[in-house]
This record gives sequence, C-alpha cells and structure tokens, in this order.
Amino acid sequence: MEAASLVFIINIIGAGLRTGTPLLFATTGELLTERSGVLNLGVEGMMLVGALAGFAVSYNTGNPWVGVLAGMLAGGVLSQLHAFVTVTLRGDQVVSGLALTFVGRGLTAVLGAPYVQIRDIPTLPTISLPFLESIPIIGPLILFPLFGNQNVVVWLGFLLTPFVAFYIARTRSGLNLRAVGEYPAAVDAVGMSVAKLRYFYIFIGGVLAGLAGAALSLAITPLWIEDMTAGQGWIAVGLVIFAQWNPWRAALGAYIFGALRRLPLDLQSVPWLPFASNPILGVWLSMIPYLFTIVALMLTSNARSRKRMGTPAALGIPYVRGERGL
Amino acid sequence: MTQSKTNETLALDMRGIVKEFPGVLANDDVDFTLCQGEIHALLGENGAGKSTLMNVLSGLYRPEAGEIYLYGEKVELHSPRDAIDAGIGMVHQHFMLVPTLSVAENVVLGDPSVSYIINYEELDKQIGDIAEQFGLDIDPKAKIWQLSVGEQQRVEILKMLYQGAKILILDEPTAVLTPQEVTELFKTLREMTASGRSVIFISHKLDEVLEISDRVTVLRRGKVSAEVVSAETTKAGLAKTMVGREVIFRIEKKQSEPGGVVLEIDKVNALNDRGLPALRNLSLSIRSGEVVGIAGVAGNGQTELAAVINGMREVESGRILLNGVDITNKPATISIDAGMAYIPADRTGVGSAPSLSVEDNVIMKAYRKPPLSHGWSLDLKEIARYATDLVKRFNVKTPSIKTQSRLLSGGNLQKMILARELSREPVAITAVYPSRGLDAGATEDVHERLIEERDRGAAIFLVSEDLDELLSLSDRIAVIYEGQIVGEVPPDDDRIEEIGLLMAGTAVASSSPAAG
Repeated sequence: MEAASLVFIINIIGAGLRTGTPLLFATTGELLTERSGVLNLGVEGMMLVGALAGFAVSYNTGNPWVGVLAGMLAGGVLSQLHAFVTVTLRGDQVVSGLALTFVGRGLTAVLGAPYVQIRDIPTLPTISLPFLESIPIIGPLILFPLFGNQNVVVWLGFLLTPFVAFYIARTRSGLNLRAVGEYPAAVDAVGMSVAKLRYFYIFIGGVLAGLAGAALSLAITPLWIEDMTAGQGWIAVGLVIFAQWNPWRAALGAYIFGALRRLPLDLQSVPWLPFASNPILGVWLSMIPYLFTIVALMLTSNARSRKRMGTPAALGIPYVRGERGL
Repeated sequence: MTQSKTNETLALDMRGIVKEFPGVLANDDVDFTLCQGEIHALLGENGAGKSTLMNVLSGLYRPEAGEIYLYGEKVELHSPRDAIDAGIGMVHQHFMLVPTLSVAENVVLGDPSVSYIINYEELDKQIGDIAEQFGLDIDPKAKIWQLSVGEQQRVEILKMLYQGAKILILDEPTAVLTPQEVTELFKTLREMTASGRSVIFISHKLDEVLEISDRVTVLRRGKVSAEVVSAETTKAGLAKTMVGREVIFRIEKKQSEPGGVVLEIDKVNALNDRGLPALRNLSLSIRSGEVVGIAGVAGNGQTELAAVINGMREVESGRILLNGVDITNKPATISIDAGMAYIPADRTGVGSAPSLSVEDNVIMKAYRKPPLSHGWSLDLKEIARYATDLVKRFNVKTPSIKTQSRLLSGGNLQKMILARELSREPVAITAVYPSRGLDAGATEDVHERLIEERDRGAAIFLVSEDLDELLSLSDRIAVIYEGQIVGEVPPDDDRIEEIGLLMAGTAVASSSPAAG
C-alpha cells in the first residue's frame, strides 16, 4: 500500500511536469509581457495559432523542429497586432487582448479544418535516460518515473525558468524591463524608447505562447482539433497573478495546474476513492483551474491587492509622454 | 558683447526658441544664456513657458524655430538621449525614478556602459563612491520608495552627475522640500557650480530665487520680460516683471462691517477617513461681511470641518445652520441652494471634473434652473453665452470654453472654480487653501475676489496653511487643534507667536476672544 501510493503520487507529479509544460511557456511569456506594463489577454488565441502552425508545418515539411519554429513565429506575429493597437494607438489593452483571442480561435478553426483527421505526423522526440534507473533506491522509485522518459519540450521548460529568472534579476535588459513596467517615464527620460521595449516583450510573450501551442500539438497531445487549448491560455493569465510576476512561482503554478488537469483521470482509477464510482465528482475537480483563474483576475482588479501582490505599477496603462509619469 | 567672447564664456546659448501647442504659443522667440559656473533662475507664473523651454533643452520637445549652442557649438537635440549625451541633465518636478528599484539601479538605468550581466556588489560600491565624491549622502542599496522626498531628489541629482551632466536643470526643486532640505539642496547646488557645472533653477518663489541665483530671466506669456542680475534687483521688482504690474503682497481692505450670523456651527462632532474623531464639540459662528480664518497644523480637522459644512462628510452629532436653515447631514444640493459656495483644496478631484469642458464645469451648480435649462432640456446657446461671460469676467485664460479643464494651468483652473462659485452671489463661502500652488498674480486675484465678496456681505470661512494669507485676509483668526477651536486671535502681525503656540497646542486657551 505504501509503495503503491508513492508510485501513484510520483506518477501524478510526472504527468504534471508533462502537461504543465505548455502552461509554463505561456505563463512565462505573459509574465514577461506584463512586466513591461502590457496586459495581453490574447494568450489563448496565440497558443491556438502556434499549435496549428506547428502541426501543419511539421506535417508538410516532415520536420517537427521546423514546426516548432513556425509555431513560435505565428504566435509572435499575431502578438504584434496587440502591440500595434495598445502601444502605437494606445488602445484599451483588455479589449485588444480579447479580440486577439477571437482572431486566433476563428482563424485556426477555419484554416485547421483540413488537419483535424490527421494523426500520423512527425512529433518532437522523447529523451530516454535509462541510466537513472540504475541509481540505487531513488533511481527506480523517483528519478526514472519523473525524468526517465520526458519529451524534449519538458526539458526545455526546465531550462527556461532559471534563464528568465536570471535575465530579469541580473541583466541590464532585465533592469530595463522592470523599469518600463513600473515607471515608463523614467525609461523615457534616460533616452530609451518605451514603445520599442513594449513591442519587444509583447513579441516575446507571443513567441512563448506560440511555443506553448506547438508543444501541445507536437508533443503533449500530438494532434490538431479545434480549440484544443481548452482555456489553457486563460489559466496562464491567471497563473501570472498567482505567481506574483515571479518566474519561479510561475513554474511551480504551471506544474501544479498541469497535474490538476490530469488528476480527475488518475483519481478515477483508484478503486477506494469515491471518484471511481461517481465520475461527476471528477468534473468538479476539472473546474478548479478555471475557478482559480476567475478568482485571480478578480484579485488584480482590486487596487489594494494589486499593490500588495507586486503588480507592475504601469500594467494596463498606455504610456503618453508628459502625462504624469505613468 | 562680441560674438567670440560670447562663445568662450557661455555654457549654453538658446536663441529665438519658438514652441507652439494647439492654441497656445508657449515659447515666443525666447533667448536664454547660461554662463559656466552660474546659477541662472528661470522665473515666471504658471503657464509662462518655463517648463516648455526646459523640455526643449532636455530633448523632450522639438521647437518650431530657434537654435541651441552648447559651449559655442551648435547642437540638435532630437531626444532625451541627445540631451544627456550633450551633458544636459534635468531633475523633473515629478521625479523620474522607479520606486521599486534601488538607488544604484535607478542611477545606471539606460547606461549602455554597465556590463550586460550586472555585478550588483561592484555597482553598489561604484555608485556609493560617486555619491560620496559629490557629497551626497545616499545608500545605493536602498529602494526608492523607502526614501524621503529630499533623498529622492538627491538620487535624481546623482543620476544626472553620473550621466556626466555639465548643465543641471531643476524644475521647481523646492516645492516638495522642508526648509531644512532646501538649505541642504542650496549647499549642494553651490558645490556643483564651484566644480564648474552650471545650474538652471526654475521657480516661482521670489525669495528663493534671490537667495540662490546669480542671474534671473523672467518669462511672461512665453516671452522674456526681463533678464537681471539677482544682486541688483528686489522682490517687488521681480514680481512686477513677472506679473506685468505692481504686486501687493499684503492686500489693502477696509474695516469689516459684520452683520448678523450667517453660518453657525454648533457643537459638531465628526470622524475622519480612518474613523477616528476629527472634530470634537466644535462651535464657531461666522457673520455676514467677515472673513474668519482657520489656522492650524495640517491634520487637525480643518479639511473635515470644511467638508462637514458643505455636506460632504457626515456629522455624528451637533448642528450646522446656514441663515437659519438646518443643513446638518443634508445633501450638498441643500446647502448649495441655501447659498453656500465651496472652493475645495482638491481642485481636480472635488473642485472640477477634469475631462469635462470649461463650459460644463462653470454651469455645474446653475444648470438645473432657468435660464440654463427648461424642464429636462438644456439651453445650449444660453449655456455658451453664460460660460463665455464668466470666462471673461473672471479672466480665465483658456483657448475656448470647449477646452477640457484639465488642460488649464493651476491658476486658471482656480479662477474657473471661483467663476462658478462666486458668480452665484453666495451668502457664505468656504475656501480651503485657495492660493496653494498658485503664483503671485493668481494669488492676488483670488485674494481680491474674496475680499470683494466679503464687502458684498458674504460670510467667508477660510482655511489656510499660509499664515501670511490668513493675516492678510482674515478679520478674525480661529486656531484649530485636535478638532477643537483652542483660541481666537485678531489678525495682527504682533500676535504670530501666539498663533504659533496655539497651533502647537501648548498655549493656555485663555487668549482673549477678540470682540468685533
């Protein structure tokens, strides 16, 4: 019983690392965009565009890596629509982001129709590490089930978080990023372009959302169906808030929510839990990520909790030179 | 003065600068020079074009015409970066510092010579050394939000010096400082000039300008109205060139002829925003034709008292009567209809709706009744006529009555509020900090209007932090301390010390209540 429950838990964590990886990419991307002072609610749309572009290009070229690049580029290109509306035209960020999601969903529904039936495409490879099993005790019990057979995108995710954390905290570019999201007038006053910085980080957010989509359609669930992201873009937006704009916490949140997505299925296979006999309970579990997203968005709309949570002060506010700083 | 000599001695030479905004010629052929090692003050009323001229110099605005020479060489300043590279550093009125970043991070922000991967130990040490070298006492590791306003200003100056500024521009640097911090700042500025740097000091405070500067250039309505050597001029002379006429520092008024009691505040208790007692059994009555000034250290209940009188804060107990009408805890419309005028401290939050037009703002208390409206429909022609008339009568400088009021300068905004409030011939007026942040000309205008209202027979309740203003306008001065009136003093220069002691809550409350 003891060993069985350990295996059960390890399996859930392993699945969390896997299903949480697209969330990690999307959340990290949105985090970088928001740190520059721009809210982009179009993550869902950019993920879908990335997923379809990745799938289609991989199918047509036979090379999944070209597919990944195409997915990233597609997300990045779509994000520039948001950049143009919010930075150049100083439009409302919420409205523009929502529009982006609609564009992404509509576009992929139409363009993706021919790909719905296709199952056999070149996917991203899994990295096998059989030596992990030979490590005594923890090898076969923990390390191998967690890391022994993970897809290459999962490893990419492991590398991304420390890199982004270091970038924000210790580099000159990271300093500029923190400044432009808090007080863009200070950035303007020392002769840097607020618009260029924001365009760039909106682009990076789009590229990472596109990568999230491609990871989904080329590695985690290798197929294309309409709306295959199923609201993960929205969860990513909520996770940024949960993470309080910190990349380490974003990674933690992404993996937890990855596990939560799998949990209802896993719990149904445990005979002594009520989930096995009553599948409706599992539906309630599936709601958690979405409920959480709503609560997180409510928290950011409150001025007092914004301040306490470390929300970038200029988040959501277009920059106009000479208008009281922000 | 010969051309060659000019080129040798001048750090900065701005010639014929023209800058136009929609509807306003902010700089009209302005010449400005700055010698090396000089502190040159730029003086002018709000909206005279001082900030515009300096924004041209710091690369934020592109002028329509004019040339800029630095150390004899012609320069084109297209962006803030150009200005920084040319050795021009501007300390803005609103600091350009990121609150969540450290002092060192703010100082090096935007500097490409810092190593890409930042070594924070080295950086903090380097910035600490530079601060010490310039005699600025700052901890490089401290976050900006932890610092006082004076310390933040030092960070701004340090940032400019780090960027290699040879010409420092300070935009109204003393507006936010305590007197001690001002002394400290002046010391720093003198050290700067001693080391060969030059300083442009923007201000509208005459005393300060005379104390710190070598020369003064006065701007009026976008043009240079005078350029003088500070040691050879006087406060009155400067004020005259600034406003364009003689300025009276102490208003001349006749003896008041108070009539019956108009406003009666009877044992009022009220709470402040945090739910603590702000007014304790406060009683005060004001008669028609007199100005009663309230003196007190900020936070002793004066703003709450003003709010209570105008129906903008609930009273816990007690009564407020206006001409015998009970207005206690009644909606503001009741006291407005009973003839109350309110000139609030917060001009953009309470006194006006910033994104509405001047026209909409001036009719706000009159549009419910004929002739401005009939039933539910507004008479737009009549409203435009009414607003145009008020703008003219109260001398509000605005491009048009359709202009958004947030685009007005501080003085003109206050004039607009006065136009709305005083044109209705109120029986009682509450004025809270009516001249705060205004220049000499606008202040004088506000004071004259209030005295006119007094002579017409209005009862005026004046709250101010400025003792000079209180002494000049009031017929009686009541001192408030911890929500109570602790004494009443006649407005006599000899009694200032007494007022000060009452304000501090240390005087015996037996000071003679002035009769009449």
